Amino acid sequence: MGKTLLEKVWEEHTVRTLPDGRTQLLIGTHLIHEVTSPQAFGMVRDLGLKVLYPNRTFATVDHIVPTDQRAEPFSDPLADAMVKELRKNCAETGVTFFDLPSGNQGIVHIVGPEQGITQPGTTIACGDSHTSTHGAFGAIAFGIGTSQVRDVLATQTMAIGKPKVRRINVDGKLSPGVYAKDVILHIIRHLGVNGGIGFAYEYGGSTFDSFTQEERMTVCNMSIEGGARVGYVNPDETTFEYLRGRPYSPKGAEWDAAVARWKAVASDKDATYEDIVNFKAEDILPTVTWGITPAQAIFIDEKIPDPKDLPEKDRDTAAEAIEHMKLPAGTPAAGIKIDVAFLGSCTNGRLSDLQEVAKHIRGRKVASHVKAIVVPGSQVVASIAEKMGLAEIFREAGFEWRGAGCSMCLGMNPDKLVGDQLCASSSNRNFKGRQGSPTGRTMLMSPLMVAAAALTGEISDARKVFGIQ
Amino acid sequence: MALEKITQVTGRGVFIPGDDIDTDRIIPARFMKCVTFDGLGEFAFADAKVAEKAAGRLHPLDDSRFNGATILLSGSNFGCGSSREHAPQALYRYGFRAIIAESFAEIFFGNSTTLGIPCVKMSKEDIANLAALIEKTPSIQVTVDLTESKVTTDDIDFAAEISMPGHAREPLMNGRWDSIADLVDGLEDVKSRVAAIPYLSGK
Repeated sequence: MGKTLLEKVWEEHTVRTLPDGRTQLLIGTHLIHEVTSPQAFGMVRDLGLKVLYPNRTFATVDHIVPTDQRAEPFSDPLADAMVKELRKNCAETGVTFFDLPSGNQGIVHIVGPEQGITQPGTTIACGDSHTSTHGAFGAIAFGIGTSQVRDVLATQTMAIGKPKVRRINVDGKLSPGVYAKDVILHIIRHLGVNGGIGFAYEYGGSTFDSFTQEERMTVCNMSIEGGARVGYVNPDETTFEYLRGRPYSPKGAEWDAAVARWKAVASDKDATYEDIVNFKAEDILPTVTWGITPAQAIFIDEKIPDPKDLPEKDRDTAAEAIEHMKLPAGTPAAGIKIDVAFLGSCTNGRLSDLQEVAKHIRGRKVASHVKAIVVPGSQVVASIAEKMGLAEIFREAGFEWRGAGCSMCLGMNPDKLVGDQLCASSSNRNFKGRQGSPTGRTMLMSPLMVAAAALTGEISDARKVFGIQ
Repeated sequence: MALEKITQVTGRGVFIPGDDIDTDRIIPARFMKCVTFDGLGEFAFADAKVAEKAAGRLHPLDDSRFNGATILLSGSNFGCGSSREHAPQALYRYGFRAIIAESFAEIFFGNSTTLGIPCVKMSKEDIANLAALIEKTPSIQVTVDLTESKVTTDDIDFAAEISMPGHAREPLMNGRWDSIADLVDGLEDVKSRVAAIPYLSGK
């Protein structure tokens, strides 16, 4: 009987079965950042242990770094202390650090792939739930807590149970103006925010086959929003072409050997799955969230539902969402006034996201009451976008062009909502208070839908705003 | 590493209603600007408390009737979202020693049990009944018993079944809930596995 990619990677990385029945799983690649690592380094020291394989851990700073004033010391002394702490920890242990002056700093889930560190058939862990992003390369990648960061630093392994695998097929061609972001919001809307607990999601089907690596990353990134700690796509020629020539990609004869291994790690045709869910690409339309969980999503031509029309289990959260969002049931998605537009994050802060938007906004202007910011996911993305003239297009349209970081996705740095501002956001979470103001309101959507909202000042159908047919 | 054997937790309870309570809600991100976990307890549910006050309501953690609660009750998918261990660290430092919910998000569950906080599943109906008992008599003593897989109270009318996966329950009961010692025991095996995997061995 055939095996899934997850089974193959799991077998190869299993060190042993622990007394509690879980696997002691080898973590081939460990990514760290400034927020969830300092306590872990401290615990390693307190236990008298050392970093076992410093060449298998890679660090950058993203959560806390300001995106406007980049010079150190930062105005926030706590943020400044955390960056310095990571710098010190990396210097002392020999961990590679993509630091601010390196030109390679950025959101950890954007840096890993663009450096070629993220590779098929590997295991990847990081103290950040969006580590599922790296699954786009056929890696088994997941978020961990700080005690597990300690475990990986000290032993290059962690204790974890093997997940079941759900195959999610999306077949067909997406309509113009519908993007990978709409695909994952649609999947979560249908499977729920807890539907994936205990599962790894294997995404496939003809829609995924024709997706670019960056589109696959957008989908895998939000697996955790559906409750699945791991999400992956089987590696193929698209994956190999993306990785060819990147700084940490294998070179020469090693490249050919690596590609042969990567091809072999993909799920077998006769692999068996716990279950299989099918979606049709043509059923998916531009989607926005209206509530406080990523599953509370509707198409742009729909209205906010009345809680009493929803299944019983969803009603309380829907009522709570309506109260927080100050948007009554029956409000059409199109026409909701926005205050802020945020384009960036580990979900949608890559070059292709910026290119797609820049292509459409040239010569247009952001609505006068809207604060619009573009935050490239990495310094590499920023640098390429600047050379291509994208930054200039955004600036001319009235967007602020910022330095790389997590920015307004999570309210840990100066980029925050104020009061009950409503933000059209290309990020991944619409939780209460997520964007830094306890009463702030977030609507998640694709980058082009963010741009449409920025220009019109209200949630709008990007296909109409930009004449996409 | 000798750790406490956690077979049961007894204390007062508090019910924080709602499904999908995420870790941003449990500890807002701005409180994660710290290089130790000390002092996080006072910020547990910080913004939720303010929001409830603004709406003219009282968050359960601001309700003095539930002061000193060590057992937290909530709805389904508790602890979803961000992987921040700061969330269970904040709950532990606030004083919670066990969590009862309809279901738990996976990363939060692992983070909590690694800290020695049992996270047990109970049915929605039993949670509602227990919450009503606590509301009526906040001083009621609730016991989460891992050995018997039951929650009981010193009110004889209440007893409910709970569940917890064996791989988490047994280490708590055996005092092996922090896996670092077991992982370190396997270091020789780790090295031989590394040597056998091409992308790690460099061969």
